[in-house]
Amino acid sequence: MDTYESKTPVGETITKSTNVLQKVPTGIKGFDEITVGGLPRGRTTLVCGSAGAGKTLFALEFLVRGATEHGEPGVFIAFEETAVELTQSVASLGFDLDGLVASKKLAIDYVHVERSEILETGDYDLNGLFVRLEYAIASVGAKRVVIDSLETLFSALGNEGILRSEFRRLFRWLKDRGVTAIITGERGDGTLTRHGIEEYVSDCVILLEQRVHERFATRYLRVVKYRGTMHGTNEYPFLIHAGGISVVPVTSLGLTHIASDERMSTGVPRLDAMLGGKGIFRGSSVLISGTPGTGKSSLAAHAVQSACRRGERCLYFAFEESQGQFVRNMRSIGVDLKPWLDQGRLQFHASRPTLFGLEMHLANIHRLVEAFDPSVVVIDPVTNFEMVATNAEVRAMLMRLVDFLKSRGITAVFTSLTAGSGALEETDVGISSLMDTWLLVQFLEGSGERNRGLYVLKSRGMSHSNQVREFHLGSHGIDLLDVYVGPAGVLTGSARQTQEAKERADAIARQQEMDRKQRDLARKRAQIEAQILALRAEFEAEEQEVMAILEQDKRRELVLGRDREQMARLRQADPNKQQNGGGAG
Amino acid sequence: MGGSEHDDGRNGKTPSAVVGDVDDFWAQALVDVPRETYVLRLYVVGNSPRSRGAIRNVRKLCDEHLAGRFDLEVHDLNQEPWLARDAQIVAAPTLVRERPLPVQRIIGSLSDIERVLVGLGVSPNPAVDP
Repeated sequence: MDTYESKTPVGETITKSTNVLQKVPTGIKGFDEITVGGLPRGRTTLVCGSAGAGKTLFALEFLVRGATEHGEPGVFIAFEETAVELTQSVASLGFDLDGLVASKKLAIDYVHVERSEILETGDYDLNGLFVRLEYAIASVGAKRVVIDSLETLFSALGNEGILRSEFRRLFRWLKDRGVTAIITGERGDGTLTRHGIEEYVSDCVILLEQRVHERFATRYLRVVKYRGTMHGTNEYPFLIHAGGISVVPVTSLGLTHIASDERMSTGVPRLDAMLGGKGIFRGSSVLISGTPGTGKSSLAAHAVQSACRRGERCLYFAFEESQGQFVRNMRSIGVDLKPWLDQGRLQFHASRPTLFGLEMHLANIHRLVEAFDPSVVVIDPVTNFEMVATNAEVRAMLMRLVDFLKSRGITAVFTSLTAGSGALEETDVGISSLMDTWLLVQFLEGSGERNRGLYVLKSRGMSHSNQVREFHLGSHGIDLLDVYVGPAGVLTGSARQTQEAKERADAIARQQEMDRKQRDLARKRAQIEAQILALRAEFEAEEQEVMAILEQDKRRELVLGRDREQMARLRQADPNKQQNGGGAG
Repeated sequence: MGGSEHDDGRNGKTPSAVVGDVDDFWAQALVDVPRETYVLRLYVVGNSPRSRGAIRNVRKLCDEHLAGRFDLEVHDLNQEPWLARDAQIVAAPTLVRERPLPVQRIIGSLSDIERVLVGLGVSPNPAVDP
């Protein structure tokens, strides 16, 4: 009899459907990832939340994306806003509802129900609404339907019994029609919807919420229920920005990113040497923490400059300094960023963290990173986000940011400001576990001055130096110097210089002493050698004398012999005697 | 489906205000109002018992209490679905009083004649037993 009675008996749709629940991509950024594919096809989803939570926009984007990106026309049954109001309110998000309506991809039907105009007498049903729905669906061949918001009927029509049974019929009818539907509902006190619509929706319930923390409102989305499929159960922050809704999944990317073996320089050669000699891994995350004025930004600027020199692109998010100020300040330490800015290799985005909420910042970074596709991203400093959110939220946001950047193979440099007092290594523990490399720049106080000391607290996947280096900012950039480590502890700055001068003096003295000793030795050697020479000369002289005497004696002997013979010859008196040897003289 | 077919059946007698005679104007206006034709539209969906009951009730009501000064049209939204949108129909059956203004909607099977009369702003005809 009644045209809008359900044609299929209860239960049949379930057995008819295939084993796998089919899903319809919503086209809403991030949402399809949370729900592993989108909303259940051919089913009705309840989107509930308090006023201003973004229900209407969520539903509308579902339709607009369906019509423009997935070839699925849609019907919007509006109870709260007229088509004109609706069109105007989403025009700023880039949704051209008029255009979609004109091209028969979208039908908007504004249902006006006003309690003061309505009088109830006797029995009725909602067949009028069914007719309108049917007509609207047929007019565009709709695959998607949004009813925003059904609960308005409760305030306009008094008979709750009739409404409830009619709603039940409506949901079954929508299911039978095979359209994927979104019903919005206002959040009730302690319940998901004010009038308990959720009891009719068994397949999928999404809760939108807006909470204010420290005067900054953040929107959250949660999949309360999604029958027959796995889905993210967390509360996911989402944003409404110039392109519609962006849900930012915390862990949708997971820890599946590929780790690069490539190393890249930090721009400070001595620091590269401390990091296993080759610098940081490409695509890793680096945290530079330190007290104010320790040169965190300068370190980051070096990394940026070195990346730009290699022809890479860098994105710098500054939350403390303006671009002009930063460029000027960096020029004073010999890092000229202007050419890179001019060439478009470096993009600088300076804003106050309080400009908008944390999620907006994150989405902003997402958008700019996707548009610019840099290889290095610097966030300077991350700690300023604590002005707009709690530590836990900042940590969650950074985790998502790190995951996002890692999944794209982007090297991320975060600077973190630690309070002037207290344990430096504790304040950052929250975010440091997310980081692959953690550099700490710290003031080393002593002898009436403060000097910067740089430590590599950790660096995953490389044998990094355990040494403290003195960090010196000069007009030509960063220098890392060895510190003096002696019995008196670590000495830096002028103390180190004094110590070094003293050591130099000592060394010179020692050298001089050694030289002197050597000279003494040489002299002694020379002396001894001279003595040896003298003795030798003496000996030689004596020897010569003796030899001369011996020669004379020999010669005299010879002469004597000859003389004797001559005399004998002269005598010739007794040759026999002579022959007998010797004359009797 | 019944009802008189003449279009926009108002009597066309617009009270002409005489300058400086405000009292007369209001007196005239008050006399004129009850005589205005009731423009009624009944929207039903399908040939259900509820629809038939509503049609029967509204016909009876018009004949008995608005004799000669009503313009009733009955529409089946299954046949003319676009009317549901144009006339802002949600529930069925819905009786819409388009004239006199303001627009008033009475939903339901219209079984309680007295209540319907109150809703329509029609004083019951004393000659008819309710």
